[in-house]
This record gives sequence, C-alpha cells and structure tokens, in this order.
Amino acid sequence: MLQIDRWKRILIIGICLLGLAYAMPNLFYNRVEAHNDAVATIEKTGVTTPELVQARDGWPGWLPSGLVNLGLDLRGGAHLLGEVQVDQVYKARMDSLWPELRRALADERATIGAVRRVPAPDGVLKIEIGQPDQLARAVEIVRGFSEPVTTLTGAGQSSLAIDAQGNAITIRLSDAEKAVTDDRTIQQSLEIIRRRVDEVGTREPTIMRQGTDRILIQVPGIGSAAELKALIGTTAKLTFNPVVGTGADPDARVGIGQVVLPAADQEGVYYTVEETPVVTGEELTDALPSTDQNGMPSVDFRFNPTGARKFGAYTSANVGQPFAIVLDDQVISAPVIRQAITTGSGQISGSMDYEEANRLAVLLRAGALPAELTFLEERTVGPELGQDSIDAGRIASAVGFVAVIVLMILSYGLFGLFASVALAVNMGLIFGVLSMIGATLTLPGIAGIVLTIGMAVDANVLVFERIREEKKTARGPARAIEQGYERAMSAIIDANITTLIVAAILFVLGSGPVKGFAVTLTIGIVTSVFTALFVTRLLTIAWFERARPRQIEV
Amino acid sequence: MAFRLKLVPDNTNIDFFRWQVLTFGLSSVAAVLSVVALFVFGLNFGIDFKGGTTIRTESTQAVDVGEYRQALQPLDLGDVAITQVYDPTFREDQHVAQVRVSAQEGTEAVTPETISAIEAALQEVDPSITFPQIESVGPKVSGELIQTAIYAVLASLAAISVYIWLRFEWQFAVGAIVSLLHDVLITMGVFAAFQIKFDLTTIAALLTIVGYSINDTVVVFDRLRENLMKYKKRPLRDLMNLSVNETLSRTVMTSGTTLVALIALLILGGDVIRGFVFAITFGILIGTYSSVYIAKNVVLWLGVKRDWSKKDPEQDGSPFSNAEAP
Repeated sequence: MLQIDRWKRILIIGICLLGLAYAMPNLFYNRVEAHNDAVATIEKTGVTTPELVQARDGWPGWLPSGLVNLGLDLRGGAHLLGEVQVDQVYKARMDSLWPELRRALADERATIGAVRRVPAPDGVLKIEIGQPDQLARAVEIVRGFSEPVTTLTGAGQSSLAIDAQGNAITIRLSDAEKAVTDDRTIQQSLEIIRRRVDEVGTREPTIMRQGTDRILIQVPGIGSAAELKALIGTTAKLTFNPVVGTGADPDARVGIGQVVLPAADQEGVYYTVEETPVVTGEELTDALPSTDQNGMPSVDFRFNPTGARKFGAYTSANVGQPFAIVLDDQVISAPVIRQAITTGSGQISGSMDYEEANRLAVLLRAGALPAELTFLEERTVGPELGQDSIDAGRIASAVGFVAVIVLMILSYGLFGLFASVALAVNMGLIFGVLSMIGATLTLPGIAGIVLTIGMAVDANVLVFERIREEKKTARGPARAIEQGYERAMSAIIDANITTLIVAAILFVLGSGPVKGFAVTLTIGIVTSVFTALFVTRLLTIAWFERARPRQIEV
Repeated sequence: MAFRLKLVPDNTNIDFFRWQVLTFGLSSVAAVLSVVALFVFGLNFGIDFKGGTTIRTESTQAVDVGEYRQALQPLDLGDVAITQVYDPTFREDQHVAQVRVSAQEGTEAVTPETISAIEAALQEVDPSITFPQIESVGPKVSGELIQTAIYAVLASLAAISVYIWLRFEWQFAVGAIVSLLHDVLITMGVFAAFQIKFDLTTIAALLTIVGYSINDTVVVFDRLRENLMKYKKRPLRDLMNLSVNETLSRTVMTSGTTLVALIALLILGGDVIRGFVFAITFGILIGTYSSVYIAKNVVLWLGVKRDWSKKDPEQDGSPFSNAEAP
C-alpha cells in the first residue's frame, strides 16, 4: 500500500536539505564571493589584513561556500579563441637543424662533395650533395641527427622523416615527432598565456586547450578582448645578463649600463647586473628538467646557433663568475659558470628540487610564445550588460515560477501545491548541483532553468492525470494514488530519457553558452524527475497518513 | 467540490483523424513553404555562422541609424547593417543599436584596428555611446560551427530514433522522426521567412524543441502501447484517438506551464536572448501540435504489428492489410 520506509524518507529529505544547503550561498552571492576571495588570498600570500579577515568572516567557514560561476555573458569580460600556428615550429626546427647538419656534412666533403640547401616548402629541409653515388653515406649522417620518439602509439619511430632521391635528401619532421612537437607547443603556449593572464590578477580566468591546436581564453572582469589580446601578445622577456654584484638594497648605486633587479624567489635579495644581455630568450630553443652529474635536479637548455656562439664566447671568458637568468626584470637564477659552454646547450644546477627544476624549465620555455597565435573569435561583454541580463533573468524566472504555481494549484488543488513545493525544491537542487560541481551559468543557462520550471511539473502532471483516471476505476483513493504513480512511470522515464539524450548531445557538440544550457537542462531533468517521483510523493503520502481522506480531489 | 481550472474537459472524445487530410495537408504545405523560404530568403545567419563582427552600442541619446551609417561610411567596411534594438525592459534613457559588419575580405583573424576605428567613428557622432558587447568571429571558426551544429541536430535525431525503436517499434521511431523533422523544418522556415537572426543559440533552441517534441510524442506513444495491449481487437485508429484523448489534458497542461514560463522570459528576459526564447516558444507550440497530429498519423499509415503469435504480419490499420489480392 501507500508507504515509504522511514530510512527512505530520511534519505529523500536528506538529499533535499543537502541540495538546498549547497544552493544557499548563492543567495548571499557577494558576501560568499568576498569570503572565498579572502580565503584564497590568505592562503596564497599568507598575509592577513583586517580587511581580508573581515571579508573572510563575512561568511561562516563551516557553511558550504561553493557558488554558481557566472559566465562571461553574465559577469562581463573577454573571450578569445586563439589558434597556435604549430607549423611555424616545424619550420624553426628545420631552420635550426640546417647549420648543424651543414657542419656535419662538411666534415665529409671529400666523399660526398659540396652540400647546399635548396628551396623547399616551410617545414621541409631539402639538401643536395655533389656526389649522388655517396647518397647513402649522406643519409647516414643525416640519420644521426634523428632521435627516437616515444609516444603511446608510435614507439620506435624516429624524429626525422628522411627521403633520399638522386642527389637530394628531403628532411621533415616525422608524424610522431610532429604530434609530440604540437603537444609541446600547445602546452608551452598555454603556460605562457596563463602566466601572462595571471599577472593581471583577475578572478578565475579560464585558459584551456580546445581541439588540437586551439586555446580558449576567458577572463572575467577585463575591459575588452583587445586589451586581453595586447596582454597575451606581449612576449615574456628572458635574458642572460652578467652579474656585477649582489646585495639587499633595491636602491643601490650602480654604474652606467647597470641595473638592480630583485630575485624572483628570495625576498630581499637584489642583483646588480649589466643591462645589456649576453643572450636573450629568443635565442633559446628548448629547456627541459633533468639531473646533473651528481644526480641533483637541474635544467637543461639549448640555444640556437647564434645564441650558442655568443654564450660560448661569454662563458669561456668568465669561468667562475655568476651570470643572471632574468625573466621579466626578475632574476630567477644566478648560477656560477663552471666551465665554458660552447656546445650551445647548458645546464642550470643549484639548490633546487625536482619541482623547482620543472618550474624553471617551464619558465624558460615560457619566455616567448613558441609559435604565433592568431585569433579566430573574440567577444567582449560589458559588466553592465551582464548585470542587466541577470536582472532580467531573475525577474523572468520569478514571474514564470509564480505563474506555473498558480496554474498548478488552480488545476490540481492540494496536489498542485505539493507539486509547487517540489518545484521550489527542484530550483534549489539545480542551484545546489550547479554550485557543487562548479558549473558555469550562462545566459542560455538561465533560459534552460526557466524552461525547466515549465517542464519540471510535467512528471507531476503525468502522475496527477493518471490518478484522476485511476480514481474512476480503482477502489479507494490510496489505490488510485499508488496506481497513478505506477502507471505514469514508463511515460516519465521514456519522456525524460529522450530529452536527456538531446541534452547530452548538446553538451558534447556544443561550445560555450550552448554547453552551459545543456548542463542546466541536464541537471534540471534529473532533479525534476527526482522531485516529482520522490518529493511530491513523500508530501502526498505524509498528507495522506495524517488526513486519511475518504475522497481525494486531484 | 473545490474550484478547479480545467483546461480540458474530463472526458474528451475528439476524433483527431477527422481533420487528418487538412492537418496533414497543412503541415505538408508548411513544410514545403519552409523549404522554399530557406532557399529563397535563406537564413539570416548571425556572425557565429557567417563570420564578422557585431557591436552593441548603448547611449543615453536617441539612436540615429542614418547618422551612424554616415559615420561608418568612410571606413569602407563592406557590408554594414545597423539596427536599432527596442525592448520593454530597457530604461527610459537606454538606446541600443546593433552594428553588424561582415567578415573582412582576406583576413582569417579578427582585426582590433577595425573595431577601434568603428568605435572611434561612432563616438564622434555620439560622445555618450558605450559598447557593452563586441563579438567577432573569424570565417574559419564559423564554418566549423555550422558543421558541428548540423552534426548535433542529426546526431540527436539519430539517437532518439534508436531509443524509440528499442523501446517501442520501428514504426514509432519513424513517426517520431517525421514529426521532429517537421518541427525543425517549420521552425527554420519561420526563421527564414521573418529573417530572425539564426546563430549558435538558435541551434540549441532547435535541439530543445527536438527534446520537448519527442517528450510529448513519447507520452502519447506510451499510452498507445498500453492501450494496444489492453484492447487487442480494437482498430488502431480508434486506439490512437483514445490514447490522444486520454493524454490530452496532460499535453495541454504541460505545454501550458512551459509556455507560461517561456512567455515570461520572452517578455521580461531582455533582447539578448529573445531570438533563442522565441525559437523555443514557437517550437513548443508546433511540437505539441505535431505529437498530436503528425507522429501518430505516420504510425497509423505504417501500421503496427499487433499479434506477435502469427507469422504472417497481417497488420491492423496498415494500408496493405485490407488490400485485395489482384
């Protein structure tokens, strides 16, 4: 008969309360946001100011403090979709390979004859040798520059694809190496952009990879996409400068052509360096974390030929002297030159752990964008427009909500009231889930919620209509209610699963706001089925047990 | 007895096939007209699909479209469309316009110079003007967006038909798909005929319509399936009428609550999402209609296998079942 086990009741009520608890912070949006920001700042900097403490205490720490993220269309900000020109890296790799290759081949000039580079498309290195019959020997030398590539799928492939014909050798990056290179290029670009954007210190920027070669950048609170573009376009400036001295005084007197720069990770340490760098980051081709001969963490780096020449000349003349690695006017490291570095590659070792080595490598690589970024899409939304949208959405939701409740109560009386309570719980649950998973609410997302308000009662309507029908045949109201729920079940499930399918497809294929809409729609479907099947039912049964009506009016 | 709002009487016995020729005919005509409209007028693609730039302007002074146009003339931007936006939610001194510039020849990416030139030119005309929203989409992305949009619609149609086929029978799946295509086509036709902006959010709206319409159709199908088991001998046509009549109050009620909520959003939700909400609202109406008048007609026409014990698929209500052998 009509009953729900006690533990089930507790579970249903528990889920509702949990959802509502998670939704609640959204009612105090500004306070909670200030609290969250303050907590994050205190954690990051370790500094507590009275303002921060006040903001932090504006919301009790033991309460849930997750908020529904507001999308750019609601908060205002800038959105950029950039495409990384990964091909440029292939070209750069080939161009930097050529001098090394020429040197190696020149050593064998006696057998293979004169070597020259002939025009070829970007990313392809084509060379011709004087003695076609010695092609095999030349290829062998070229092959020496190829390294094995290890990927998940392409293990055992080498980095260069070499093609020999007549007296010509065509060299390009192999597909496996291209894939690895692309990945690294995108990672580097992401890292650089992240560092760039973080510098402005705005809240929660979204910087993520999209597809194979795209980067999506969303920064709330920034004035315009053009501003954001200018910011990202600025390349991080990395230089290697001779060190004149070290001190603790930022205003130390310095000679002509010298500057005082702070150490990046040591408070109160300042370096006096020559302003003219020995080598700049533009001449760096790569940096990777590794270990030195003592097994200590270090960073390997490599210069291009010009950089290598300059670096070699400087290091051989200054053994035993420190030199500064300067990034954006901060000294990130100042190792002592132990020996002349003429190979174009070097190692930075010192007191660092693996994590620091990794970070330094990233920083070194992050110096300049590895490839040009072209912008495919840019959107700017002013904060006022976003606020207008929120206000409009709020009013529309409230009006829609009240209208639906009126319609339900007029149509189904007490049962309509139950459904309305369930609808209110449903709204709470949607916001609770959105806050819990940290989803982003967009303008179409608000539309999704309003649509849910309308559709959420559908499962209830199906049940109520069914109860009405069953009342005609069933013996007694309890039986009618029970039958109503039972019989309406398959329609509810089929109807909602099909909608869920659409929402899932919207989520997978949609981008940006459409995705936001899909998320709210999905959550709305799940919570509305839950509230209709459990909450309304619980209310109905609880009422039934108390009132024990002979007759029900649906 | 307490007062009850009854949108539909308790016991209805409407013959939904009575106007079969008319409704099916009207739907067919509407579908054909939609295709014609799509070819003749074409869809008014937003920048999502066409590429280009839209700038929303806001000013405390009244908008003079002619003046704006004149200010932008010397910039040589190609196709420029300036429209004033009206909305009941606007404040008294809020004057909004939309400037749309088509994608610039030969540039893959968006040029900030163009945007700042436009901004400067408009500020010349009206110093109080601000630009609350600027959107720029390069032609490369817009092409891909069209592609994924089409995939999304097709994928959802396919997934739904598979689900219906698994849960019901293939005739139901065909009926559902026909009615969904009908809804999507006519909604797109309306967008083409009235040149309403068609962008990424419109696709979301179309898919929502698909979801809602199928939701509605499935409820009728579900009841039909139940009645098919209950009344083994009654003709399919009668059972369909019975099923629609039985679920009619639910259909009207749910459409009613959904429409009420959407109309609130349509009026009060602001102009930014109006097109989107309009598409959904229109789709709910047509989706409700199609689940009553289109989906089941197709199923009736195809027939449903009633008795699984017989080898010979002699189907009730099938157009072939009563055909005499020559």
